[in-house]
Amino acid sequence: MAPALIELTNLHCERDQRVLFSGVNFSIEPGDIVQIEGPNGSGKTTLLRALTTLSPDYEGEIRWQGTSLVDSSADYYANLLFIGHFAGVKKTLTPRENLQWLSGLHQPADVTAIDHALHAVGLYGYEDMPGYQLSAGQQRRIALARLHLSTACVWVLDEPFTAIDHQGVSELETLLSTHARRGGVVILTTHQALSLSGVKSLNLTHYQPKFAATTAQQVCS
Amino acid sequence: MSQLPPLLRPLATVPSAGQGFWVLLRRDLTIGFRQRGDMVNPIVFFLIVVTMMPLGISPSAQTLSMLAPGLLWVIALLASLLSLDGLFRTDYEDGSLEQLIASPQPLYFLVLAKVLAHWLTIGLPLTIVAPLLGVLLSLPAQGYVPLWLSLFLGTGILSLIGAIGAALTVSLRKGGLLLSLIIMPLYVPVLIFGASAVRSAVEGLAIGGMLAILGAFLSAAIVLAPLAISGALKMSVQNS
Repeated sequence: MAPALIELTNLHCERDQRVLFSGVNFSIEPGDIVQIEGPNGSGKTTLLRALTTLSPDYEGEIRWQGTSLVDSSADYYANLLFIGHFAGVKKTLTPRENLQWLSGLHQPADVTAIDHALHAVGLYGYEDMPGYQLSAGQQRRIALARLHLSTACVWVLDEPFTAIDHQGVSELETLLSTHARRGGVVILTTHQALSLSGVKSLNLTHYQPKFAATTAQQVCS
Repeated sequence: MSQLPPLLRPLATVPSAGQGFWVLLRRDLTIGFRQRGDMVNPIVFFLIVVTMMPLGISPSAQTLSMLAPGLLWVIALLASLLSLDGLFRTDYEDGSLEQLIASPQPLYFLVLAKVLAHWLTIGLPLTIVAPLLGVLLSLPAQGYVPLWLSLFLGTGILSLIGAIGAALTVSLRKGGLLLSLIIMPLYVPVLIFGASAVRSAVEGLAIGGMLAILGAFLSAAIVLAPLAISGALKMSVQNS
């Protein structure tokens, strides 16, 4: 059997001498939408950062098509699109210029394609307006426009719905499920309930050390 | 769902390192020219300090011309130091740095593009105005070309070395003082050879050797500094 696209084996992570999660085993196949769940501070972002190789302080192993992420990072990066909590949108630049540099690192897009992507996220007419004149939601939409331009297989999204209105959320959900149907992978964290079918859930509370859970309960009660 | 073929993309379709370099260089130059205040700041500092010198020391041309080579170099060095703290700061804060690291481009060339953009917006303008400010300090005529040449090479080294310090301190809230402490010792050799090239020229001695040493520093810094900068940036992002 071919190895899973992404495989997490016995993943363990501590921060400041506090175990965030331990013993996470999970495999991700083409076409999966994985929602990482858990309360604030349960290590969702930490897990995403491990998946983008931005943070190597974890134990256990993450494998990309059967080889360790550390050894196959160049191939992995070519197939990865990461939109973090801060998405790398420059306020001094216009939406069009932002997409030019962001996509230029992965796959150069021409102005027509960029304008189409901006149109698709509802930024039509704002292409040449400097970023600091746009609202928080509009700035977030610049980053999300990258999803329309991207040819990457793995989308790692940290709280993609922040500051996005209802209609934007449902458009984004459609986009995510289209990507999954094409054989792509979406890994996201969000506190919103997704109205998508076939979402795989990775709930980090199941991987918290037992004693920490009891102490938390005792404190609460 | 595992019967779906994955949407994989071969590594060969990724834009080349050269394309990534140009994309980032163009981005940083655009930002630099939009925020002209940051660009003009070091030059204004340079100008103010140079105009203060005759008032503070002595207006006599003889005294000033003796001090001019060293003064101009020290002030240029401090002016470039002023701008360093912000080199990676905004990229760190808005997440661009994460995007640069998690991109298929080699970080080495991306970092080189950022430093080149910094030099073009800070170091090069300082180099260009320095001979003009030499007039204010009565720098003898034979010192102008050596001042220009030594600053041309020297400011490049200052940007590269300074970027190492900036990368190391980018994740700290108040990294400014630490940044100066880290890179000042590394600036000393550049200052010594740069200032003495100008002084030798004023005294009518050969300067080829000094400029050659500055050139050697610059070549070594171009090759080695991006390695240190990318290492430091990765470390800063990991600790955030």
